[in-house]
Amino acid sequence: MPDASLLKVKGIDAFYGDFQALFDVSLSVEVGQIVAVIGANGAGKSTLLKSIAGLTHPHCGEILFDGTRITDAPAFDVLNRGIALVPEGRRLFPSLSVEENLLIGGQSRRPGPWTLARVYELFPVLAERRRVPAPALSGGQQQMAAIGRALMSNPRLLLCDEISLGLAPIVVREIYSRLPHVVTEGLSLIIVEQDMMQALRAASHVYCLQEGRVALEGPTHALTREAISAAYFGV
Amino acid sequence: MSRVERATRSSRIGVALVTAALVVLALAPFWGDRQTLRLLAEMLTFVALASLWNLLAGYAGLVSVGQQAFVGLGGYLLFALAILFEVHPIAAILMAGPIGALVAVPIALLIFRLRGAYFAIGTWVVAEVFRLLASQISVLGGGSGISLPAAVVVAMAPNRQMREFEIYWLALALTAIVLGAIVILLRSRHGLALTAIRDNEQAAQSNGIDVWRIKFIVYVLTAFGTSMIGALIFLQKLRISPDTAFSVNDWTAFVIFITVIGGIGRIEGPIIGTIIFFVLRQTLAELGSLYLLMMGAVAIVVMLWAPRGLWGIFAERLGWQAMPLRRHLMLEKKP
Amino acid sequence: MQWFNVVLQGVLIGGLYAMFAAGLSLIFGVMRLVNIAHGDLIVLAAYISLMVTQALGVDPLTSLLFVVPVMALIGYALQRGLLNRTLGDDLLPPLLVTFGLSIIIQNGLLELFTADSRRLQAGPIEIQTFQLTPSVWVGALPLIQFAVAVAVIAGLQALFYKTTLGRAFRATSDDQSVAQLMGLDTRHVFAMAMALSLAIVGIAGVFLAIRTNFDPAIGPARLIFGFEAVIIGGLGSMWGTLAGGIILGISQAIGAQIDPGLQLLAGHIVFLAILAVRPQGLFPKVSG
Repeated sequence: MPDASLLKVKGIDAFYGDFQALFDVSLSVEVGQIVAVIGANGAGKSTLLKSIAGLTHPHCGEILFDGTRITDAPAFDVLNRGIALVPEGRRLFPSLSVEENLLIGGQSRRPGPWTLARVYELFPVLAERRRVPAPALSGGQQQMAAIGRALMSNPRLLLCDEISLGLAPIVVREIYSRLPHVVTEGLSLIIVEQDMMQALRAASHVYCLQEGRVALEGPTHALTREAISAAYFGV
Repeated sequence: MSRVERATRSSRIGVALVTAALVVLALAPFWGDRQTLRLLAEMLTFVALASLWNLLAGYAGLVSVGQQAFVGLGGYLLFALAILFEVHPIAAILMAGPIGALVAVPIALLIFRLRGAYFAIGTWVVAEVFRLLASQISVLGGGSGISLPAAVVVAMAPNRQMREFEIYWLALALTAIVLGAIVILLRSRHGLALTAIRDNEQAAQSNGIDVWRIKFIVYVLTAFGTSMIGALIFLQKLRISPDTAFSVNDWTAFVIFITVIGGIGRIEGPIIGTIIFFVLRQTLAELGSLYLLMMGAVAIVVMLWAPRGLWGIFAERLGWQAMPLRRHLMLEKKP
Repeated sequence: MQWFNVVLQGVLIGGLYAMFAAGLSLIFGVMRLVNIAHGDLIVLAAYISLMVTQALGVDPLTSLLFVVPVMALIGYALQRGLLNRTLGDDLLPPLLVTFGLSIIIQNGLLELFTADSRRLQAGPIEIQTFQLTPSVWVGALPLIQFAVAVAVIAGLQALFYKTTLGRAFRATSDDQSVAQLMGLDTRHVFAMAMALSLAIVGIAGVFLAIRTNFDPAIGPARLIFGFEAVIIGGLGSMWGTLAGGIILGISQAIGAQIDPGLQLLAGHIVFLAILAVRPQGLFPKVSG
């Protein structure tokens, strides 16, 4: 039976310098699915997303997107195939204004529903501050801009690396409340979070990483709080 | 009990070889002819210049394309002291060192405001300024230069053969002193700091090493050595002019090629590089500017595909070192 | 009045220096690379113009139509084929490789063209002059060259801040990895920056060839003038670079007026003075 998964990560080992960050990690994402990857600091979540996005390449194992091997594809190639990363810490371009940051996100010219207008609709505050240099935005606004920037490339899979990091809970709630608008039209999501509550509420499927290994996975509704906490902390 | 040791088998061999070489070289006036002596003296001065450049660039991270400033400064100091102040040439060479170091102080304060490649061009500007200033000093020949007067030459020794022996031994002595000083520096606490800076400057800084101060000291010390060698070079040449004194090709391009091909950041590199350079020069000299062109191409190839140079390849693979510099942890074998 | 003329000449040649500088600071801004062979590439462009004018019988300004695209292509190939490999955290490889390149270009030109001094004849336009005031005349060619320099700088500003390519330059300069995440192939972006830099070098080279005698060895001095203009003006600011070039030109002109042998020295001294007193340059861009 043909594998219909949008993304399939099979048994990858990834390194951060000389330090092995991932051990035989496997994961899959279906079309239109929201998957959460949770784990403590240093569990390997960011390295997993970077490996998928092409910023780093696993030493073994493979990554398949829509059936095609992208294991060693460079980051710009991965973006052009339809995977966009909202990087940890936002990392907007400081020399560019808000609007220019969004436009850069769209420079790959992939066809799709996301346009500047639609991003401004999703996050109206960005429209108000479109000409402002990116560093002048508040943390929450920067996060919105980073998400908008990634959306501008019309991805099929959006990777969100710790979008709640450093933000006030009310801001986090606001951002997460927009996510359902984003997932329409078949966009899939991988959400990486240290703070598991938001992630678990949003996602239908969860993977818990512990020291580079998948300690637990399954549909969110089927897993108990105790099981998740145990996997998270490695007890 | 585990202990930290510096010498390895290869370094013990290395020290023995170097000592033997020194003895053979010291006796060169007795087994070599006039041409050989001149060639050896030239090679020795290049080993010294390249080792100094290596200290600056390979250890302190200061890439200078303007060391010719101090070579020329040393040369002009020799001529000025000997002609205008009737100082004995050998004394003049020894004085060129501290004077060169003194000149280097305000220069360092100025150009240290530039970073990286802009620093490199800054050193070039300084050399250009020196060259232009030298052209203005009419009492030392202005733009066309000047020859060392016979009186000064004779003051060194009564006959030509003795003079050539003296210059040769001076070259050998100065080079040995420069190399010795570098080895001592690298074995010291400052040397450890330099190696740390060489490996990772930011990490060195955050570990409390005063990077600026060390770079400053190394720059001034390198100027000291380079000025003395420069004075010696022009004593041998007997003639100086702004263009030869401050030539980028002679004193920077060749030195850089030697160090890159031999191996940057390793003390053995300049020695290997000099030998290769001179072998190539003897065999390819008739090619003129094509020779320089090839050297440029070889340097690029080496920089991209063998950035540690020839010695680096051997040292990495086989763990060789000629000088006991690196510290090894000798683990005790478990029974 | 004579001094006004001197300063005016200084301003006009300052435009040429600003063109030397523009290409240099462009690639430093985008990829933190300083091309030590920059001056030699200017001289290369001069020789290409020489070959074109001799082969096709056109005047130097027309040869620009050929020289500029050829230089741009050389820039793209050079970056993509060689210099991209040197980029990284270590500052030695790009420095030493471009230094090696400088030596190769100089000696290659020496082999091909000998050390003879050359000059390009621009024709009647060379002796045309305009009268600014009853006692001040200015040559048409220096004026054109200055206007071209200003146009180049204005063009670069517009490109950087109003075009997609410029946006790509700024983004890549800010954060290479994230630029890659946006789908930008940084190898290509860097190569485009170098192509643009050498296109400007092409223009500068042709104007240099018309203005002065040139031979394979004059490259390093042009690099130094460009570099001094960048530092005097302040890093990161294109208009600052123009100002830097003008100040350098004026300093040299005044020095030459005092004594012909002092021309270059005066420029270097002003540069060192500014480095001592205001190392960030006169009009540095505050980094955002």
